Amino acid sequence: MMLSGTIEKTEVVPIANSSDVVVVRQRVRVWTTEMKFSLVDQTKIVTAASELGRNTLEHGGGGSMELALVVNGVRRGIRMSFSDHGPGIPDIAQALKDGYTSGNGMGLGLGGSKRLMNEFEIESTPGGGTTVTAIRWK
Amino acid sequence: MERIPILRMGNYLLVTIQVDMHDKLALTLQDDLTNRISEVNAKGVLIDISSLEIVDSFIGRTLANIAAMARVLDAETVVVGMQPAVAITLVELGMSLPGIRTALNVESGMEYLRETVASHEGSDDAIGDNRED
Repeated sequence: MMLSGTIEKTEVVPIANSSDVVVVRQRVRVWTTEMKFSLVDQTKIVTAASELGRNTLEHGGGGSMELALVVNGVRRGIRMSFSDHGPGIPDIAQALKDGYTSGNGMGLGLGGSKRLMNEFEIESTPGGGTTVTAIRWK
Repeated sequence: MERIPILRMGNYLLVTIQVDMHDKLALTLQDDLTNRISEVNAKGVLIDISSLEIVDSFIGRTLANIAAMARVLDAETVVVGMQPAVAITLVELGMSLPGIRTALNVESGMEYLRETVASHEGSDDAIGDNRED
């Protein structure tokens, strides 16, 4: 079960081509800078966003990212939700394994970005698309 | 079309990546560099990534591909200037960039290339040298 909290603000970034993945990285950089994450944490979150944004594009055929500022008690975090309407992930446990790839990547995207974030959840239905939600708390 | 410039200095090719590369731009750089290596018979390639704020699995793979293709074309590659935060993130991501020679800065990267290229040239007359390392 994913920890959540009150949403203070949101922003949606469309993902339709590889330049949009650059915009995803830039917006996440702006958010994490404003939230005063350390440089290493910023780098981790932006890298995770880049991996997940690319998945949305390559495997989901495009979609969007929703950024949210989550407040849970005294903790604040950034939540990134990547949604697509692609074919879905048939076997989530397998998709999370390092080295597993359905395309021509290295197979580090999902498992690697899970390691870079604090909370991570995949919702996927065959034929109904995929939503990957990840939170990093400050 | 958007391109990353490749500078030639004698037997060496120098690239400084100063923009946030989208995937297609990274692939264009990979093709351009491979072509340039064979065109000018380059012996060494230096890629400066000190301006890169992130290296994700795609960029990491592109760098590894460039190094592998260069090696097949008899050129050495060195990647220099990785920011510490990028290094920490890459390792946590699960990528330790095997097969890529790195150096802290341009100066030590060039030094490495010069030494490696000089030692290769020294063993050029050893015909049938099929050593692999």
